[in-house]
Amino acid sequence: MARVVVDVMLKPEILDPQGQAVQRALPRLGFEGVSDVRQGKRFELEVDGPVDDSALARIHELAESFLANTVIEDFTVKVEEVKAEAGK
Amino acid sequence: MTARIGVVTFPGSLDDRDTQRAIRLAGAEPVALWHKDKDLKQVDAVVLPGGFSYGDYLRAGAISRFSPVMETVIEQAKAGLPVLGICNGFQVLTEAHLLPGGMLGNDHLHFICRDQKLRVENATTSWTSDYESGQEIHIPLKNMDGRYVADEYTLDKLEAEGRVAFRYLDFNPNGSLRDIAGITNEAGNVVGLMPHPEHAVEPLIGTGRTDGLPFFTSILKKLVNA
Repeated sequence: MARVVVDVMLKPEILDPQGQAVQRALPRLGFEGVSDVRQGKRFELEVDGPVDDSALARIHELAESFLANTVIEDFTVKVEEVKAEAGK
Repeated sequence: MTARIGVVTFPGSLDDRDTQRAIRLAGAEPVALWHKDKDLKQVDAVVLPGGFSYGDYLRAGAISRFSPVMETVIEQAKAGLPVLGICNGFQVLTEAHLLPGGMLGNDHLHFICRDQKLRVENATTSWTSDYESGQEIHIPLKNMDGRYVADEYTLDKLEAEGRVAFRYLDFNPNGSLRDIAGITNEAGNVVGLMPHPEHAVEPLIGTGRTDGLPFFTSILKKLVNA
């Protein structure tokens, strides 16, 4: 078992009003010094079997065609080691 | 024989019935199409109606775009089948890359519902030939994700090729770049817009005008004269 994380962000040149709303709320919470916030999406894919090159290539294709719309968004794919959790 | 115009129903479509009604009022025959069915029932044109297909999960139109019916719609649209996407249908068309650019949440982050003034910029497409270029019309607008975006190169190209079909007038309701309300593909058979022409086809309801009806008479004339 492995976890593959796909992060999707709006392209930098595209306005992100949700991120702006979050940023504007920060001073009210007493949190100063953050000049910009951009909000994205994170997908965690639990993959059966080994995450080899061909599995990663397929996930890349999935991210490019479905999880992200590359007209407006950028994405990254990374493999995350899943630690053997106690009690499982 | 009149023209047969298909209207796709996705889970979460809202305006499929209104669109069928508008098609009937224009004098064509509406044909109900189902998202799970690849068969287009030999229709002469297709409308993707408004609503919130698949709850707008992931991105508006992103899941509908992979539905069985869209496989056939995409293939035939590329071969010249006239396709109109209204609101959520426009979002599906950009997600399917039948139209360039993408749709994002309104810049003010609120749902908006209003009578919207538009200018018809291109009256040569399959769906706009009954308008005159430069004509100003009022039709209802109601959406959450109505902000049209594309890169500068694409926007310049759309403008240069006359592919901005409709522009918002007086008020930009969602932050769409260059006030773009609707666009067409190069061939003019695929058109998408955010406002709802199917809600402005009878004097009794909606804006009290019938400014949306020419969408449906345009396509009818094109198909009948073909």
